[in-house]
Amino acid sequence: MSISLTGVGYTHPNGMRALSDINLSIAADEQVAIIGSSGAGKTTLLKLLATSLLSSSGDLQLLQHNPAQLGARALRQLRSRIGLIHQSPPLPPRQRVVTAVLAGRLGQWSLARACLSLCYPSDIEGARAELSRLDLAEKLFERCDQVSGGQQQRIGIARVLYQKPDIMLADEPVSAMDPVLAEHTLSILGSIARERGVPLIASLHAVELALKHFPRVIGLRAGEILFDKRADTISQQDLDALYLNTDLDDTADQYAAAANNSLRSRCL
Amino acid sequence: MPVTATRAHWHDPAATPRALLTLALLLVLWPGLQLTEFRPQILFNAQNREVMGRFLAGFWPPDTSAEFLLMLGRATLETLAMATAGLALALILAIPLSLIATRTLSISALFSGRPSRTGRLLRYPVRFVLIVLRSIPEIVWALLFVRAVGLGPTAGVLAIAITYSGMLGKVYAEIYESVDPQPARALLQSGSSRLAAFLYGVLPNAAQELTSYTLYRWECAVRASVIMGFVGAGGLGQMIDLSMRMFAGGEVVSILLTFLLLVLLADQISQQLRKRLA
Repeated sequence: MSISLTGVGYTHPNGMRALSDINLSIAADEQVAIIGSSGAGKTTLLKLLATSLLSSSGDLQLLQHNPAQLGARALRQLRSRIGLIHQSPPLPPRQRVVTAVLAGRLGQWSLARACLSLCYPSDIEGARAELSRLDLAEKLFERCDQVSGGQQQRIGIARVLYQKPDIMLADEPVSAMDPVLAEHTLSILGSIARERGVPLIASLHAVELALKHFPRVIGLRAGEILFDKRADTISQQDLDALYLNTDLDDTADQYAAAANNSLRSRCL
Repeated sequence: MPVTATRAHWHDPAATPRALLTLALLLVLWPGLQLTEFRPQILFNAQNREVMGRFLAGFWPPDTSAEFLLMLGRATLETLAMATAGLALALILAIPLSLIATRTLSISALFSGRPSRTGRLLRYPVRFVLIVLRSIPEIVWALLFVRAVGLGPTAGVLAIAITYSGMLGKVYAEIYESVDPQPARALLQSGSSRLAAFLYGVLPNAAQELTSYTLYRWECAVRASVIMGFVGAGGLGQMIDLSMRMFAGGEVVSILLTFLLLVLLADQISQQLRKRLA
């Protein structure tokens, strides 16, 4: 198993509970979509898998390691094996596309190679190969702020592909793309994950995209797994239950309580 | 208009604090002016006007004799060299210190959004070193070094290196913190080392501002090296000191005009570089 979670929970520092009792295991050959309304905990779950947050409870195993028990060096090594595609691509506007893509392997490169590559891109062919899979090869030497939002999102994807991670995570990877391009990009992501034998876990707002491109779909609701099924067995009832709005008041109360708490602690 | 009818007028909640702050600033300014005995009318007093007039009348025309220009050229080069060498030495000290002092590259901040206790404990002493370095004016350092290494530009170079490393280090660290932290965070999060994350995530966004600030500091270093010339650190300052003592107004004006040219030059270089990095 590439990823396994047993009873994992996460509570924000302000006391707000984002995830509770998550049990999951994902094998290397799986492509999984996470769906749910906003605030359901999709991004938090991805951040836990990307080791940018540490779980508050439970056992989280990534590639046979528990990130909470690793030292700084081992954690860095684990991180270089996990690729996260961000919703808003974290590209410096003045950086050239080729440099932005090559930055994907900084975790594997020596500092000397990283410095030299700033003077002259050390693997132009490699960056070009990943960009051309996403139809962006001609943008290789342009600056990141000269391409459109959808293209920036695909540059962010190309960087993670170039990283060659053992786990691919994606947080709303196609939110800035038009429907046609979104379909196209998701099918490319899926086929690359299959071809490299690495798991792909993506959070998505668009339910149709999730059902169409991912064999397995997890529904999150208020920080808990509501269903974890094969895409072709998901019924309309499942989706209705996932997006039912009865909890709106509940979350509002939770927010108010959290705000009250932080106010109180500030006064003390 | 039913909306405005329910509430007669909207009030900007920030207006009162702003007005009070402005008032407080004015109140603080007044004792300052009193304390410094700021009385501009003295300038226009008939007697003072005459003294200044006589002093300024001696300034024209500028001295353009070949012999003087040659001396001026050499002193200019000396001043430029002093400023440049001092700034280069300052950079060697300032860049590593700024990298330690900045919060942008904190790996522990990835988890909680706040740097860890050990990280903060390490950063404070470095910030303190930067404060010490820049709190003593360069002229004091120059006086000290003139005694240690003798008259000449070496004292000026050392004085600039010490003071300016403190200023550059502080401002660099703040510039790193002012750019979008997301690119560097994403790189740290995918296992990159801090220095690599800095080079690929922070530097592209900060380069323009860093260059512009460094060039502005170079311009300041040129001025500072002139002032240090007065205490014996050589260059244009020493020349201006001598010319003033000999009441050679023409020479003083020539030197001041050279000055103007130097600052214009620095400004042009800065603008060109900024354009290239934009």
